[in-house]
Amino acid sequence: MNSRIMARINSPEELEKVRQEILSRRDPNTPCISICAGAGCIASGAGEVITAFKAEIEKQGLQADVDTKETGCPGFCERGPVVVIYPEEICYLQVKPEDVSEIVSQTIKEKKVIDRLVYVDPTTGEKAPRESDIPFYKNQERNIIGSNIKINPKSIEDYLAIGGYSALAKVLSGMTSEHVLEEVKKANLRGRGGGGFPAGSKWEGSRNAPGEIKYVIVNADEGDPGAFMDRALLEGNPHSILEGLTIGAYAIGSHEGYIYVRQEYPLAVENVNIAIKKAEEYGFLGKNILGSGFDFTVKVHQGAGAFVCGESTALMTALEGRAGEPRPKYIRSNIVGLWGRPSVLNNVETWANVPLIINKGADWFTQFGTERSKGTKIFSLVGKINNTGLVEVPMGITLRDIIFKIGGGIPGGKRFKAVQTGGPSGGCIPEELLDLQVGFDELTKAGSMMGSGGMIVMDEDTCMVDISRYFLDFLTDESCGKCVPCREGMRQMLKILNNITQGKGREGDIELLEELSETAIEASLCALGKSSPNPLLSTLRYFRDEYEAHIKGKKCPALSCKELIAYHIDPNKCQACMICLKKCPAEAIEGGKNRIHVIDEEKCTKCGTCFEVCPSRFGAVKKISGEPVPPPIPEEARTIVRESKQK
Amino acid sequence: MSEILLQIDGKEIRAKEGTTLLEAARSAGISIPTLCYHEKLEPFGGCRICLVELEMRGWTRLVVSCVYLVEQNLVVRTRSEKIDRIRKMILELLLAHAPDAFDLQDLAKEYGANRDRFEKEASFCIHCGLCVRYCAEVKKKNAVGFVDRGIRKEISFIPEIASRECWTCKECFPLCPTEALQAAYVLVEALAFPKSSSESASGNKEGDRPRI
Repeated sequence: MNSRIMARINSPEELEKVRQEILSRRDPNTPCISICAGAGCIASGAGEVITAFKAEIEKQGLQADVDTKETGCPGFCERGPVVVIYPEEICYLQVKPEDVSEIVSQTIKEKKVIDRLVYVDPTTGEKAPRESDIPFYKNQERNIIGSNIKINPKSIEDYLAIGGYSALAKVLSGMTSEHVLEEVKKANLRGRGGGGFPAGSKWEGSRNAPGEIKYVIVNADEGDPGAFMDRALLEGNPHSILEGLTIGAYAIGSHEGYIYVRQEYPLAVENVNIAIKKAEEYGFLGKNILGSGFDFTVKVHQGAGAFVCGESTALMTALEGRAGEPRPKYIRSNIVGLWGRPSVLNNVETWANVPLIINKGADWFTQFGTERSKGTKIFSLVGKINNTGLVEVPMGITLRDIIFKIGGGIPGGKRFKAVQTGGPSGGCIPEELLDLQVGFDELTKAGSMMGSGGMIVMDEDTCMVDISRYFLDFLTDESCGKCVPCREGMRQMLKILNNITQGKGREGDIELLEELSETAIEASLCALGKSSPNPLLSTLRYFRDEYEAHIKGKKCPALSCKELIAYHIDPNKCQACMICLKKCPAEAIEGGKNRIHVIDEEKCTKCGTCFEVCPSRFGAVKKISGEPVPPPIPEEARTIVRESKQK
Repeated sequence: MSEILLQIDGKEIRAKEGTTLLEAARSAGISIPTLCYHEKLEPFGGCRICLVELEMRGWTRLVVSCVYLVEQNLVVRTRSEKIDRIRKMILELLLAHAPDAFDLQDLAKEYGANRDRFEKEASFCIHCGLCVRYCAEVKKKNAVGFVDRGIRKEISFIPEIASRECWTCKECFPLCPTEALQAAYVLVEALAFPKSSSESASGNKEGDRPRI
């Protein structure tokens, strides 16, 4: 990375000159090895791979002929560390340091593709050496996240090379603030953080609100379990967020911005701080931006890890330096927000859309999506899915396409059961609604919500009662505790759900849960409490029979709730192979060589080890729920007589 | 300041701009139950029992009257089947903590709340925050505060401040609807206050509640 101090850029013309100068120094035909350095790939060992590449290139004396780039997350986390080699765009997956020397000598020097590192379609067996051939990528519309793999997030030059800050230049050199606002309104950009509130209307409210001082804020307090799209954007392309934020500030007449980011995202914090410093140096932030006379500064505020601080008023209270609790006021924060001043708060992904809308126009943006949900949306596809990762899809795509075409379906030949969208405030959508189009209103109608884009796929082994218990447990822990319906209501709901999953459910529990839900929805202070019953209500709506089975039959149909299941070895199938007996951590299995194994139900901790290790050709270990465990086979009948065995 | 005309429970009411629905209703003799409201303090909106129903263009919306401000021609109902049902639930949830609190018992009678609907909880505190906010907003001492969050949230005196300020004040004691506060205070007193303090010898014994 070029570390020389850059002179401030004072006009859009100068920006174009700088951009051309950067591009002229870069030969598009020079091989470039892009290695994902996002948090996911780093966790799978990308750091070692990066080191290995640098060492290997030096060893082979190729420093002058090959570039390496540590990039943001391209999304295919399941197969990380991801390495893409340009200009051919050859994509290698699950690269290990041992593969590096071969990649350099084969692919860089000889231009040969290494077959074992490329994607192989599990159904057709076809190889997909290029990123764009891989079904996971092919079926996406990567308007926002697509840039991640092309740039080093720590390099402002990389961002400029892909056209960075040209939207800001366009705005500052020829668009009035009304004009910017009109474009965003025309694009019908809706908030990507949860509620789907139209960003243009929010901005307009702040713009028209009285007061000299106004704020724009990035909500990067991404806290949904299993969701990491905002982290990937902030880590992988921080300048795009800054550019969007600055445009928003210009539109509403704000000169101060904040980024509220979780402390648990250290790489995002690091990269965004570097980006701010560089942007100030280049004159994209600070006084008289690009010679336009417009001033704007941004500060980063690290959250202390409370989920409720993603709620707009709680976030602002926390920014003010107080405990992050939502405000009870019935006035929108775009009118009375941070320090009582008009404040526009949008989520990371919403801001990232703004430069695209300005550069390409509202008409381009609205070509993607449905009637009321425009553009693309990034989802973090996790759970029981083959291709875990971040996917960016046009609004209106069906859940089936996301899960099966892009996500590659359910692993282990299991059956799809439900998908949980919208995080803890969302709901579970069953198989019969797989053809539902993804959009703000469509998901809400199905009893779930878009939320910030979490998508947790569940297979037949998932107990829906336990899922709702899990989310309620999360929210109970994360509630700020200020209002009664949320704090006390969830305390009781969680107790009831714990009881049901432990086989202590009682007649009337479902009705009581519904009554508690009504109080939470109608009377809670903020959106956390109001939406807290969603996982419960959506699973009651689609999987009520599972609740009833738990309560009335003391049975967990998914064979998942520990207190309601038992493990049993079928004496007719057991081959006395000793595997489960040796692996059982509780020493609960009796038996021996040629003696049928029997589980001591008293000792069994229901860890499931025996079930997992029993060879599938025997399939002797069974999970039982809702019926009595067959009595152990009498001692005298346990010996296996092997007639055909010659030993 | 302009005057606003609105309707509460079918009664035409005039109120000053900036007045809350609760204040407007009470000034007209209409009672709305509250647990965390205090006229000297900023609205907290925590107990939610003062919720009322607004009628707007054919649809209704529940809001808490201690926070919501009067609006021209607003139609407000302070009782309905739904309001009563939610108030009853709120009371039952709180009675799990403080079954013997007089304020809760009175309201329980009115709304038919069953004090034994939920299993009893260990803490008496109903988190109305009156002590915390009174100390912060009126006395400006912050000797008592909330610690932790969610279901683990509780009130706690800050010994360093309490040992200095609380001897001569104790104005928060009578505010507490469940007397949980006093228990917490006594606990801190026992644990942290200097035993040899001359004031402690002058009649500030346990249970000796000063009147304000």
